[in-house]
Amino acid sequence: MTSNDTKGRTLPVTDLSLVVLIGASGSGKSTFARRHFKPTEVISSDFCRGLVADDENDQSASGDAFDVLHYIAGKRLAAGRRTVVDATSVQQESRKQLVELAKKYDVLPIAIVLDVPEEVCAERNAAREDRAGMPRRVIQRHIRELRRSLRHLEREGFRKVHILRGVEEIESAEIRTEKRFNDLTHLTGPFDIIGDIHGCGSELELLLGKLGYVDGVHPEGRTAVFVGDLVDRGPDSPGVLRRVMSMVASGDALCVPGNHENKYGRHLKGRKVQHTHGLAETIEQMEGQSEEFKKQVREFIDGLVSHYVLDGGRLVVCHAGLPEKYHGRTSGRVRSHALYGDTTGETDEFGLPVRYPWAEEYRGRAAVVYGHTPVPTATWLNNTICLDTGAVFGGKLTALRWPERELVDVPAERVWYEPTKPLRTEAPGGHDGRPLDLADVHGRRVVETRHAGRVSVREENAAAALEVMSRFAVDPRLLPYLPPTMAPTATSRVEGYLEHPAEAFAQYAADGVARVVCEEKHMGSRAVALVCRDADAARERFGVDGPTGSLYTRTGRPFFDDPAVTEEILGRVRSAVTEAGLWEELATDWVLLDAELMPWSLKASGLLRSQYAAVGAASGAVFPGAVAALEGAAARGVDVQDLLVKQRERAADAAAFTEAYRRYCWTTSGLEGVRLAPFQILAVQGRSLAALPHDEQLALIDRFVSSDASGLLQTTRRLFVDTADPDSVRAGVDWWLEMTGRGGEGMVVKPVNAVVRWGSPRSSEAESGGGEGRLVQPGIKCRGREYLRVIYGPEYTRPENLDRLRGRFLNHKRSLAIREYALGLEALDRLAEGEPLWRVHEAVFGVLALESEPVDPRL
Amino acid sequence: MPDFSGEVRCTLCTVPDGGAPDFRSSEAVLKDVSRQTTVFLTISTNGTPERPATDLGFLLHKHPDKAQAFSTSYGKAHVLYPEASPERCTAALLLEVDAVALVRRGKGKGRGGAPDAALAQYVNDRPYAASSLLAVALSSVFSSAMKGTCHARPELPEQARPLRIEVPALPARGGAELVRNLFEPLGWTVTAEPVALDAEFPEWGESRYVSLVLEGELRLAEALRHLYVLLPVLDDAKHYWVATDEVDKLLRAGEGWLPEHPEHKLITSRYLSRRWSLTRQAMERLELVRLAEADDSDVEEIDNAIDETQDTDEKPVPLAVRRRDAIVEALRAAGAGRVLDLGCGQGQLVQELLKDIRFTEIVGVDVSMRALTIASRRLKLERMGERRAERVKLMQGSLAYTDTRLKGYDAAVLSEVIEHVDLPRLSALEYAVFGSARPRTVLVTTPNVEYNVRWETLPAGHVRHGDHRFEWTREEFRTWARAVAERHGYDVEFVPVGPEDPEVGPPTQMAVFTIFTTKAAKEEKAA
Repeated sequence: MTSNDTKGRTLPVTDLSLVVLIGASGSGKSTFARRHFKPTEVISSDFCRGLVADDENDQSASGDAFDVLHYIAGKRLAAGRRTVVDATSVQQESRKQLVELAKKYDVLPIAIVLDVPEEVCAERNAAREDRAGMPRRVIQRHIRELRRSLRHLEREGFRKVHILRGVEEIESAEIRTEKRFNDLTHLTGPFDIIGDIHGCGSELELLLGKLGYVDGVHPEGRTAVFVGDLVDRGPDSPGVLRRVMSMVASGDALCVPGNHENKYGRHLKGRKVQHTHGLAETIEQMEGQSEEFKKQVREFIDGLVSHYVLDGGRLVVCHAGLPEKYHGRTSGRVRSHALYGDTTGETDEFGLPVRYPWAEEYRGRAAVVYGHTPVPTATWLNNTICLDTGAVFGGKLTALRWPERELVDVPAERVWYEPTKPLRTEAPGGHDGRPLDLADVHGRRVVETRHAGRVSVREENAAAALEVMSRFAVDPRLLPYLPPTMAPTATSRVEGYLEHPAEAFAQYAADGVARVVCEEKHMGSRAVALVCRDADAARERFGVDGPTGSLYTRTGRPFFDDPAVTEEILGRVRSAVTEAGLWEELATDWVLLDAELMPWSLKASGLLRSQYAAVGAASGAVFPGAVAALEGAAARGVDVQDLLVKQRERAADAAAFTEAYRRYCWTTSGLEGVRLAPFQILAVQGRSLAALPHDEQLALIDRFVSSDASGLLQTTRRLFVDTADPDSVRAGVDWWLEMTGRGGEGMVVKPVNAVVRWGSPRSSEAESGGGEGRLVQPGIKCRGREYLRVIYGPEYTRPENLDRLRGRFLNHKRSLAIREYALGLEALDRLAEGEPLWRVHEAVFGVLALESEPVDPRL
Repeated sequence: MPDFSGEVRCTLCTVPDGGAPDFRSSEAVLKDVSRQTTVFLTISTNGTPERPATDLGFLLHKHPDKAQAFSTSYGKAHVLYPEASPERCTAALLLEVDAVALVRRGKGKGRGGAPDAALAQYVNDRPYAASSLLAVALSSVFSSAMKGTCHARPELPEQARPLRIEVPALPARGGAELVRNLFEPLGWTVTAEPVALDAEFPEWGESRYVSLVLEGELRLAEALRHLYVLLPVLDDAKHYWVATDEVDKLLRAGEGWLPEHPEHKLITSRYLSRRWSLTRQAMERLELVRLAEADDSDVEEIDNAIDETQDTDEKPVPLAVRRRDAIVEALRAAGAGRVLDLGCGQGQLVQELLKDIRFTEIVGVDVSMRALTIASRRLKLERMGERRAERVKLMQGSLAYTDTRLKGYDAAVLSEVIEHVDLPRLSALEYAVFGSARPRTVLVTTPNVEYNVRWETLPAGHVRHGDHRFEWTREEFRTWARAVAERHGYDVEFVPVGPEDPEVGPPTQMAVFTIFTTKAAKEEKAA
């Protein structure tokens, strides 16, 4: 072990490991650690003693100090950070705890021993004021224990043991950081990942051909990745092994072991294994093979690494699936999990172990591609996919192209082996197999969005959203989006007005937006409609059996208690979309629409009755008597003139208020009188249309609205305005005045380019789509003067009230609108990219939670 | 003589706990619109030359030829006389309620100076019909009259007079009938006409207001005290009293008439239920209020997890007790120690389970934070001894989601839970419980809809609770339960709860699910 080489020894240390320095007090561990590792990688027991006892040498605090040390080390290892423990660790008992810690976090424990003569240690301690008093016998004991330990370190579980003897060797040693075997993040492919083959040689050749491989080599330099279970059951395990081994040897393929290779490998090593589950066939087929080949097979199997992390960490390949906490980890447990998967401990009616549904709980960002459990069709579940499509049982052999995420398969020539139980009719869990977990939404959360970075959701808001989402919302699978709130225009100074469109145009002009569209605001209830082409499309795309879509409110509640009514509306929209030929044109079998459903009284009748109509009823009952009383007093010569005038004005205001809300109410019966005004197609299969310019949006919508024969769909009137052109702006204002003068609710002003950023250092104009700068408000509402009476109360137009109201504060509402907008866009992007349900739901839930933030509700 | 002056405070006008108002938010509101609107009542009397009607002015201590104004913390009160002749005299109390003062509630949560309030506080009918405020105003503007003192004419207060009191918009929970029941026993002739919500939409029905006229021969002080107590009692409990000596005040105002009143129980409980702990509750659920408003709906529509009229300590419904007994019995039979109460509501079952130390860990889960708050208070969790507290935990959770915290328990109870879930979403609950949490034993109770014909009070075709999304027959429940058991490897048995009717079965049905492996192991043991 010793070396006289002046260059010094090079000690390989794995990049993710728990490094235990072992040496007596004064042996130079801290100096060694400082020289070779980052300061944050090193945790010393002295430091922890100081933390808990204000004294680094207080031995009575050792118990607590090591608790702290283990806790910190555990946190680091869980996060995947190499950790160096700087404590004497000369006793086996203390090392045992550290080895257990490494195992707990599935990293390699590595020992580096600093074996220094007692005199040197004593001398160094003597030079340190705080240790000068340390008895010599302490060092002697340390060295005695250390020497005793040396032979046992590997048996104790240390996977690498480096023993440095003497001061010189210690000082000249160098540490070389090694990558883990499973870390192939630098390989970016592209890859063709191939499922369980089980000796189906001709199917393999056919599939490789279909994937474009010529004699095991892909002309475009693609790499095949085998998920294991090459052997057993099928007709030609030796042929499959030969093909895979040669591809791996030439660098054209990677291979992870399956449980069947593992068992066959043990057989080849002479271990006693049962010749069941198709092993007998492999053994028989291998009998004719040369000893040389068998030796190569044994070495090949022996050298297989349990799993690989590929493509910058975006892809993990293993045989039986792997939870995120095991990715890139190295332990017997990880290997066993990668080969055999996890089971619940129960057995099913066929006597086979019940597999633990790890993929349902999987929330990692890396795609996990695996095999092991035969499924009829490979389908994504929470960013994982099982490629074992039962080729040997007469199913098919499947490959996944990465990063294209395309599936390529060839059918089995025949049933090569009878399965113990029939192939499952559905992927794990089937439709329940996309379950949402409470941890996806509960408590304080931060949602990463591509348009506005991290959006946080506070705990109390998530709690309220959980109640509404759980008890009242439609099925989350049919709830891929919630609309964001919208800020009103900046407060107007125009006499008699609180909101006026001139402010909206000015605001967009200031934000660099030249072209805006004014869209009529329908006084109804916001509605989102998910309309599938048919029930099959709903089943395939959204995993629901029965409904063909959904129609829900701003908080995700169904508009109609009766599903048949919803279906009737969806059917009418569907007919219109079909009639307009949009399914083909947009290459989709579903559309997600943002719309307004009228009348307002349809959904808001509870509120209308308890708040608005109640105000009208009470004031209608009070004022006549009050005014009459005042008139009577006035007639008697009592001076109540001021009060009388005031009360009369109030009576008039209250009447105007009643008039205001009545405009948005009408009686419906069934769907008679119900109108739906769509104003944006949010998304279609594979595509978010949130950034599609509004002129194109409205053109698409006009086409299917005009194709509606049922009278349900209603068009949205609009006017395009150039914010830099005073005439155009004037026309916009006049349009609004005319509309609201006739009792209209008002309008929404939006940048024509939909998703717009402003403030990029490199551009003087607002940019559409991505790019730099901050998101510009996607829309600004500008509500009519009479409509606002419903919001601000009957008497808000009185000059003294308007003056006070002009002090209203918009910033929080604007910030909320942008944050909700970013979450909404994120939900649409995730939906379009086919991300797992929980990822879409996370963003949708975020919108709902933010809606419960405290903000002036009248804005 | 009782003293009513200035003592009655209400949360809308002052800040609970005697703290100073939070000026961050109140300033923001003060800058805001003021909607000084009107609350109104009149008091009239007829007279004779010997006892002129204008004596009313002496009684009220307000001169009939003057209009007088009084400032109060929530606005201005005016007293004026539309008519004042010896034959007939009418005093009007007109209260200009300042809506700004009404919403000045001292909550400082609003960020950036935005008032933290729900929309309902801005557009509400309170200024037009504020019974509590009217009562407060009566007691301060007419305090001497209410006490029955009149220095100038000491004999007047002792005399009964023909009185006519009109309240044109009186919020009356319980409707005209209750109004009559409250006032008639006191000697009033009552005319109470319901006010329609909106004449243009007759289908919306009646508002909660009645237009009230009281006529009778009473002493004025009595009349005022009747109003002082009964107006708020009739109101919809949204304006809460805060004074700590509320009981004393009620006793003083009710002296001489309340104890004999046939509805005195209702009066007392409604009057005293307006404690400020309730206001706190109302504030706790502001997040939910906002979500309701985002949908243009009332918070009551969604904040209905707690049914305050049922299952409370005060009024134990025998069926609820039987259900709990059946559940506890089944849990004991299953030998369960660690138990989940999924959908624990106000925590009655948790409380029951705590009494038996064989239940070593009891976890109450509910999606409603309000339910959990009430459960926590019921269990007095904060004051519970450590050993006992260690056995119980309450947490928010939802069966629409899988939840790793729920794994590994002996038993789970879903008592009257599934019928609150929309049928299309029941499969998610099924998976969360039977597929993911997988306790050894699962108890599910739900109403037996067949039995509904035996509830005399339940109109035909109605469900038992407004939030029930469905109610099942025995056959429907069993079909579902057997399919669930089949899918997830459980065995299921059915137990009737409550008196079993030969024709329609028991009022409540319970399914006892036992996981396969445990059952098989038990049977093996037995064999």
